[in-house]
Amino acid sequence: MRDDVMLRVEGLNKVFDSGNRRVEALSDVSLEIRKSEFVMIVGPSGCGKTTLINIISGLESATSGSVLLDGRQVSGPGADRGMVFQGYSLFPWLTVQKNVEFGLKMKGLPTGERRDIAARYIELVGLKGFENALPKQLSGGMKQRVAIARTLANEPEILLMDEPFGALDAQTRVVMQELLADISRRTNTTILFITHDIDEAVLLGDRVYVMSRRPGRIREVLTVDLPEPRNHHCLVMAEFQQIKSHIMEMLWQESSDAAMDK
Amino acid sequence: MKNKRIDTTRLLSLICFCLIILLWCLASYSGSVSEIFLPTPTAVVEKIIAMAKDGSLWANCWESISRVMIGWLWSVVVALPMGMLMANSKKFSAFVQPIIEFARYLPVVALVPLTLLYLGIGENQKYTIIFLGTFFQLVLMVCDTVSGVDRNMINAARTLGASKFQVYKEVILPASLPGLMDDLRLTIGWAWTYLVVAEMVAANNGLGYMILKSQRYLATDTIFAGLILIGLIGLITDWVFRILTRLVAPWYERLADGK
Repeated sequence: MRDDVMLRVEGLNKVFDSGNRRVEALSDVSLEIRKSEFVMIVGPSGCGKTTLINIISGLESATSGSVLLDGRQVSGPGADRGMVFQGYSLFPWLTVQKNVEFGLKMKGLPTGERRDIAARYIELVGLKGFENALPKQLSGGMKQRVAIARTLANEPEILLMDEPFGALDAQTRVVMQELLADISRRTNTTILFITHDIDEAVLLGDRVYVMSRRPGRIREVLTVDLPEPRNHHCLVMAEFQQIKSHIMEMLWQESSDAAMDK
Repeated sequence: MKNKRIDTTRLLSLICFCLIILLWCLASYSGSVSEIFLPTPTAVVEKIIAMAKDGSLWANCWESISRVMIGWLWSVVVALPMGMLMANSKKFSAFVQPIIEFARYLPVVALVPLTLLYLGIGENQKYTIIFLGTFFQLVLMVCDTVSGVDRNMINAARTLGASKFQVYKEVILPASLPGLMDDLRLTIGWAWTYLVVAEMVAANNGLGYMILKSQRYLATDTIFAGLILIGLIGLITDWVFRILTRLVAPWYERLADGK
């Protein structure tokens, strides 16, 4: 089982030092994600979730601790860790097709091959027929579909997602969650997904890491055993409600502790 | 809906122009303002036609346009790479920023005596004035535009495996293109101001010279003709730049022309 681990984070600490202000963002965070696993990290706002995922992606560096992908220490961003951001990060001058081809072009793949791979992933996210549209012509949900296709087309070893559906309306969000659950099942992609939405965490995750308030540390790891396929029907199941109320209790404690501190 | 909106904006612009011309007509044809101060529109139009016929209109316009283009292009050629480098390298920025900020506040008019002393009254002196007037502003504008590219896009490109050079070529450059076009459009306007300064000091042709010479003979109609020509050339340049921006960055949505 141990050699099945895709991503291992060990004793990660992050301190922001800006002159006389010292903020401890992460404290001794360790976690493991196995191959093909869908892992969620849920925590209150400002708990350092985004810092954590930025360190894993290589966009930020840790103060101490290590991130190992397939046993190799990572430093700096790379195509092996694809990321979908909360804000829209599409290139507005490129069509849907060219956006999805971006990573493949950076790798130097020939045009024909690029087109075929991109077409496959555009279809996977349900955007067939929109290949030549520009981002400005798409809705928020469609933009995030393109961002997911663009990251998957690169065939990363792990897909990192930083509250990718945070800016979407409630209905679109559920549709996107089901789409992602379906993609994860069909492609066996390893996914690390960060959110502050407990429903989202329980609905999508095989396992859920619950983080404390700042400085962020892991409070608990839960295994979610819901029947496949994961979809909106799961939201009303007893097991779902049970795990959800457990996490709510924990996060509620966190926020009331935070309030007492002040 | 959208077309209607554009039509009303166009109409309003047209009305403003017409009002100004109407006021001009009232003031001049009624004789309430002396013709020495304010020539009649007919006199100005006749003057422009006469200049077009004897060829002086084209010669002066051409002289001025070519001076603006050469001086401004020099400034663009140096400012573009320098501004980009500043946006990208903190060290380079720290090295040049203070001197650029200092030079930016020097009024170009105050540098005219020195340019005359160093370069005489030839064409180079005019290019230099235009260069000095636009370069320092343009460098800082380019630097601002390039460093203002959305962080999200740059991070996305990096996690998609783009190298530093690829991020620059494939993301930062195309993303800053519309902003850079705006910077160019604004500075070419300033270049016209400095051209007229240069031509009024030491020149024997060009629109600025034409205006200055007319003052000596109280030829107000020629002065007005010169001013109108400069304004028209400015309008045309602006229009050309807007079309060019739309051509090189059709994806770009200007906030101001929203829906």
